[in-house]
Amino acid sequence: MEVSDKEIRELEEKAREIRKWVVRMTGTAGSGHPGGSLSEVDILTALYFKVLRHDPKNPNWPHRDRFILSKGHGCPALYAALALSGYFPVESLLTLRKLGSPLQGHPDKRMLPVLEASTGSLGQGLSIAIGMALAGKLDGKDYRIYALMGDGESQEGQVWEAAMFAGHHRLDNLTAILDYNEFQLDDALLKILSLEPLTNKWRAFNWHVIEVDGHHIPRIIEGLQEARETVGKPSIIIAHTVKGKGVSFMERNNEFHGKAPTPQQVEQALKELESQSE
Amino acid sequence: MNLTKSQPIPVASPPFKLGKPTREAYGEALLELGKMDPRIVVLDADLSKSTMTRIFAREFPDRFFNFGIAEADMVGASAGLAASGKIPFVSSFACFLTCKAYDQMRISVCLPGFNVKFVASHGGISVGEDGPSQQSIEDIALMSSLPGMVVIVPADELETKEAVKAIYSHTGPCYIRTCRPKAPILYTESCAFQIGKANLLREGNDLTLIANGLLVAEALLAAEELEKEGIHSRVLDMHTIKPVDEGAIEAAARETGAILTCEEATIKGGLGAAVAQSAARSCPVPMDFIAIPDTYAESGKPEELFDRYGLTAKHIARKARSLLQRKT
Repeated sequence: MEVSDKEIRELEEKAREIRKWVVRMTGTAGSGHPGGSLSEVDILTALYFKVLRHDPKNPNWPHRDRFILSKGHGCPALYAALALSGYFPVESLLTLRKLGSPLQGHPDKRMLPVLEASTGSLGQGLSIAIGMALAGKLDGKDYRIYALMGDGESQEGQVWEAAMFAGHHRLDNLTAILDYNEFQLDDALLKILSLEPLTNKWRAFNWHVIEVDGHHIPRIIEGLQEARETVGKPSIIIAHTVKGKGVSFMERNNEFHGKAPTPQQVEQALKELESQSE
Repeated sequence: MNLTKSQPIPVASPPFKLGKPTREAYGEALLELGKMDPRIVVLDADLSKSTMTRIFAREFPDRFFNFGIAEADMVGASAGLAASGKIPFVSSFACFLTCKAYDQMRISVCLPGFNVKFVASHGGISVGEDGPSQQSIEDIALMSSLPGMVVIVPADELETKEAVKAIYSHTGPCYIRTCRPKAPILYTESCAFQIGKANLLREGNDLTLIANGLLVAEALLAAEELEKEGIHSRVLDMHTIKPVDEGAIEAAARETGAILTCEEATIKGGLGAAVAQSAARSCPVPMDFIAIPDTYAESGKPEELFDRYGLTAKHIARKARSLLQRKT
């Protein structure tokens, strides 16, 4: 997949735009999960603005690639990516978490039908993706399925049930992406429950493992390309990320796992993100 | 509410002949549907020989997925299959499917309202010798608590087949509980099965026995016994617990003045609770409940367990007599 320097700069600008929305959305809502939303932004940008085969004007297109946000609490970034892709007006982003809004606190397909699934109880997205991968194989369709998972989420037993199944059935139309930001709600993963050795675990479950810097958009795109070209095995992209990425006072500050920025913090964060633009 | 009189559906007379287990009727019905509709896929968690999904698996191996002993993953995957236009039928033992994968049913399937059909075998204590870890007494309460879930307990093989067809035609998540032992044959021709519409099996004006599953046969036997004493029981097969037939409940309350529910599930949150809630709103009358008391059962032969935990015709008749004392 060719990516020109110009295109990379455009994608990076898109990522900054999503980050600004995450800050504004959670700030306006007065609640939400900015830390884990900001860590996944570059992955979502690579997917929605380069890799995914999708048509925002035809969200039910049968041949579309499917994306599932298994770490449902990261939905502000997903909503922003969807709006900037043209699935719904960006103005509605500021209704996040408000009564009657399609932008629920966690992804709810009932309220926002362009979502592929409802998530929010951790550990479920990879299994849903497996169902879609099986259907794709049964129907002889070449769409791909992507599931973005959290690192804390990977402590759920269901993730490993799913890993075993997908490896056994060689679901090579399935790509998992791990947002490895090293923090969970209570503390650092290493203090609560370590996943390591993580690459060995996934390899042992018969997956192709790709490690990337989760904030380096060209490298993410390369990783997704490698996953697409991998035959006979599902792939996982372990993306090393920084929780709160892009906002100095949120980076690796786990206070912002599930706390919204104050109006002053929103202003400061937007100023910082603005200054990162060329 | 429409309370028009209807004629009882003709059913077999006691002693009832034993037919197939309802789980086997499910397996056969699934095969028939599978032949008709290629969108049907079947998921099991290493119990296909017991849930009888292997009847389908043998014929359609490409549309059968054995997830191994991993119920959560299986139910999650059913959501993805349904999202892709398939009609997944998902089976395991009732206790494992509803308890181990409750959260996946809740968020992956029911929250978006995906069209997944859960058919769980080995419901209730009629599982028998395997004991309380395998006996599902909680499934009806759990499944009824999920918004949008249809919950059905059929009584015999014919009704099971019609129920399976009915949930196939219904769009949205559904749960059917089947049982392990052979079920008495009640319906001889058709049971005109409709989701949410109780079947009137016997007319009477002294009280109404509202039963489902294996307890329908017991209720009919109890009605015979009571008849000898001059007590005329109406008997309803309330195969659908959710949505429950509120019209039939109101009519039973108004026309017979007392209701006794009969089910093979915990007394907390099952058929009895659904009927009581409905009658309390429309026409409160004296009620009582035949169900498994708030306890775990034990190993034993199904008939021994039915006797010990108070689910036989004898227990139903006894409770009916004391209920009638409370009628004004």
